[in-house]
Amino acid sequence: MAETRTMTINMGPQHPATHGVLRMVVELDGENVVNAQPHIGYLHRGIEKLFESMTYRQALPLTDRLDYTSGVSNNLAYCLAVEKLLNIEIPKRAQYLRVLLSELQRIAAHLLWLGTHALDLGAMTVLFYTFRERETVLEILELATGARITPSFIRIGGLAADIPDTFLPRVMAFVQEFPKRIDEYETLLTKNPIWKRRTTGIARMSAEDCINYGVTGPVLRASGVNYDVRKAYPYTSYEDFDFEIPLGKNGDVYDRYLVRLMEMRQSTRIVKQAAEKLPPGPVSATDAPQVVPPDKNDVTSDIASLIRHFKIMEEGFEPPPGEVYSSIESSKGELGFYIVSDGSNKPYRVRVRPPSFINLGALPKMIEGALVADVVAAIGSIDIVLGEIDR
Amino acid sequence: MGVENTTAATLQDVINWARKNSIWPVTFGLACCALEMMVASSATYDISRFGAEVFRPSPRQTDLMIVAGTVTKKMAPVLRRIYEQMPEPKWVIAYGACACSGGIFQSYNVVQGVDQIVPVDVYVPGCPPRPEGLLKAIMRLQEKIAAEAPGQRKLVSLPWGKNG
Repeated sequence: MAETRTMTINMGPQHPATHGVLRMVVELDGENVVNAQPHIGYLHRGIEKLFESMTYRQALPLTDRLDYTSGVSNNLAYCLAVEKLLNIEIPKRAQYLRVLLSELQRIAAHLLWLGTHALDLGAMTVLFYTFRERETVLEILELATGARITPSFIRIGGLAADIPDTFLPRVMAFVQEFPKRIDEYETLLTKNPIWKRRTTGIARMSAEDCINYGVTGPVLRASGVNYDVRKAYPYTSYEDFDFEIPLGKNGDVYDRYLVRLMEMRQSTRIVKQAAEKLPPGPVSATDAPQVVPPDKNDVTSDIASLIRHFKIMEEGFEPPPGEVYSSIESSKGELGFYIVSDGSNKPYRVRVRPPSFINLGALPKMIEGALVADVVAAIGSIDIVLGEIDR
Repeated sequence: MGVENTTAATLQDVINWARKNSIWPVTFGLACCALEMMVASSATYDISRFGAEVFRPSPRQTDLMIVAGTVTKKMAPVLRRIYEQMPEPKWVIAYGACACSGGIFQSYNVVQGVDQIVPVDVYVPGCPPRPEGLLKAIMRLQEKIAAEAPGQRKLVSLPWGKNG
């Protein structure tokens, strides 16, 4: 008998299927994966340290560069944490608009995931379909926020501005059209035998393993665990909306695909309800003059407002000393911000709980004994973003 | 003498024309800007109108590196190696504020501009720039390639090599 030796191959950091700059060192026995080790840190930008040298307001643009596929969700998570620290109440209109924008962002993130994941597995057409709708969503987001990828529109204390008049008609037209588009993606993939062969039973995770690894988001729900921060710990008025949490059974790549598709349908429902029920009123907290800058018209006509505006922009505000943790359900899973305040105008420490980082930890377990071609399917199915893994 | 010069110029024109209309970029997304690079290659913006849609995962088959995203100190040697693996002639577009100057990340682990490690031909500011920004950069690069004279290119990675 000839002696068999394992072979170690390097994958990344420049690799089309690692969704950024992830590097994997994979040990192979023939075609089978013996051991796979993710190496991270190629996009470590020192964001958590940068937080400490900026005022709470200035640090906001750092957050949407963490998980750049869903900037609005990151802004929301950070703002909710700071607002919890400040203990201020956000008006209903701002809360509904926050829900609307972050659900649109979830649709955009899932569309990006679907297109690139299918591209990784060899189905190129899907990318062009999903990017068509993603452009529509980004245009709607741009209409309100002024930016496509990094909006920084959700501010501490509310929103940067109210939505323009043309916004809601565009949203309603989109939610009318979009379910039909999801049906189109389903005709491409759901019953496609090649797609099913590449995804069914691949990178399986049991519910118990998922919980032990701390996995959250669609990967957890594909294993049948009903945990979604929007339902478990409702924030930003999610309790006012009627939606369901889609669950999978097998916890494989195919179920994760189905769960995300159903999530897009549910997000469409939430967007529709938020647009229909949108209450009138202000979009920023009215009881927090030290946090929310005054109206632009007041700044140009009233000296007291001008001074207040200047002080907020230059010095920021000083939350009471203490620590706070607040989390939301982003498109990848539970995204949390842990902030320590020492009473000054800059955070003492900010720690991000990124869903991708913790979900990536389960990858070696997922692909143990799998074929080398399934590594790509597994990485794609977790939906990682290196920006928030490395921070 | 005059005839020879004319012939050489015409040949260079043909070479430049061929080069500028078939720029193959390397698939090299680093961060946020890579999303807009992908959008530029989708149907809405259609980068193939400029002959630059053939994204190649292997740097050995490419002419253009679009540095789309933040270059960190851990990534810098990898980026430099990928650049050196690309065959001559090769060009670089610094796409986005991070690649141009480090952007908002003035921190201990971010290279403050990719031009510190590779020569850059076109800079595109923005955080991230719109896909139109990339198309404009490719058009600027095409103008630059069209104006190249024989012997003008200097080899960066191989000091003993001849100009190509």
